[in-house]
Amino acid sequence: MTDPGRFRPVMRESYAQPMTTGRETSNLGDILERVLDRGVVIAGDIRVNLLDIELLTIKLRLLIASVDTARELGIDWWEHDPWLTGKNRELADENRRLRDRLAAIEERLEEREGLPRRVPEQRPREVERRQHEVEPRGEDWSGAESREADRRGWERSGD
Amino acid sequence: MTESGIYLYAVTSEAGDACLSVRGVLGEPVRKIGVGDLAAYVSTVPLDQFGEEPLARLLEDLDWVGEVARAHHRVVEAVAEAGPTAPVRLVTVYSGEEQVRELLERRHDDFLAVLSRVAGRREWGVKAYVDPEAASRMAGGGTAGGDASARREAPAGRTGAGPGTAYLQRRKANLHNREDLWRHAVAWAERLHAALGEVAVAGRRHRPQDPQLSGRKEWMVLNGAYLVEEDRSAEFAAAVAAFREAATESGTGAGPGMDVELTGPWAPYSFTAVELETEGREGGAR
Repeated sequence: MTDPGRFRPVMRESYAQPMTTGRETSNLGDILERVLDRGVVIAGDIRVNLLDIELLTIKLRLLIASVDTARELGIDWWEHDPWLTGKNRELADENRRLRDRLAAIEERLEEREGLPRRVPEQRPREVERRQHEVEPRGEDWSGAESREADRRGWERSGD
Repeated sequence: MTESGIYLYAVTSEAGDACLSVRGVLGEPVRKIGVGDLAAYVSTVPLDQFGEEPLARLLEDLDWVGEVARAHHRVVEAVAEAGPTAPVRLVTVYSGEEQVRELLERRHDDFLAVLSRVAGRREWGVKAYVDPEAASRMAGGGTAGGDASARREAPAGRTGAGPGTAYLQRRKANLHNREDLWRHAVAWAERLHAALGEVAVAGRRHRPQDPQLSGRKEWMVLNGAYLVEEDRSAEFAAAVAAFREAATESGTGAGPGMDVELTGPWAPYSFTAVELETEGREGGAR
């Protein structure tokens, strides 16, 4: 076992950064980054969890300001951040609906051009049922709905 | 009397009591809940601050968050001094100790897996910066030369478009330099990350911190965390120092305006990032 303390004085000399040498003197930014964003996340039968709380404001203010820099570095963490992807169900849903509609439109375009369809096979029974539930709102819409049903089937079978 | 909750800091497989002298959130004493070969470190918190509603409000208060974060970190570090530690994310509050016990029982194997990964190892933080101003000054020929030639080619007043063209050329040269500088710095950070990976057991690149968070105005091109065997700490620090020296030496590939910062050792925050569902409720939806 090595005593980690042995290395700290060395660092302090060579880096002249008294604010960043661990323990009580660690800078708050480094601490916040770690305690807010890393470590074990436990969800389930607990009383309070940051996951349950609208934390986006603090996250945005503290951490997300450097999105552009991150993008330039090729780091796309926000796409995998459970706080962003899990919490924002509405946005995610809307996003999915829009993607589905786009896919449906592309599909129709391809049909028109006579190209082979690249969508997975539909599950007829579910699609039929879904279409019954949907208010008749024009062809585009029902097309999007059937895609949505289709997608769900894929997600389920993928589990 | 206000209702209270149980604030969970960390889980460890070491039965040491040394960390119990540390005060937790709001200055409350920390205690240990042991179940078999695992132990959870907790303290009592009032729900008038740590209940869901007050929390939503208090989390907007960065001073409050800062205090809680420091206290949380203090306990985690103390636990990590004693043995392998899985830090739990800030503000994980249970209704009672019984639920914490259940967590340790139900997730026993998951915790052991995480703990065995970090046992005998420490986390080090390495951040690399480039100062765009210093770098472009030192690059010398770069911006200044470009400016001068642009001025020579288009002396003011010679044609109506002269000054404007000159300005645009200068601006273009400037942008080019910044892009070059950026690419150069990013490549350099890649090399640094790879070199540190030679010594470390594992490495993670986190997103760069905002200047507001880092307290430095330079561009952060690397925000890395490295899991290093305890007996290789010196070697790791030397690898960082070597890069740092190379960066400041003139005439080397690294170039001017680059800087490397080493922090730690930290509890293994970056290498214990797992999500545990304590109930099957969601049916593995994630």
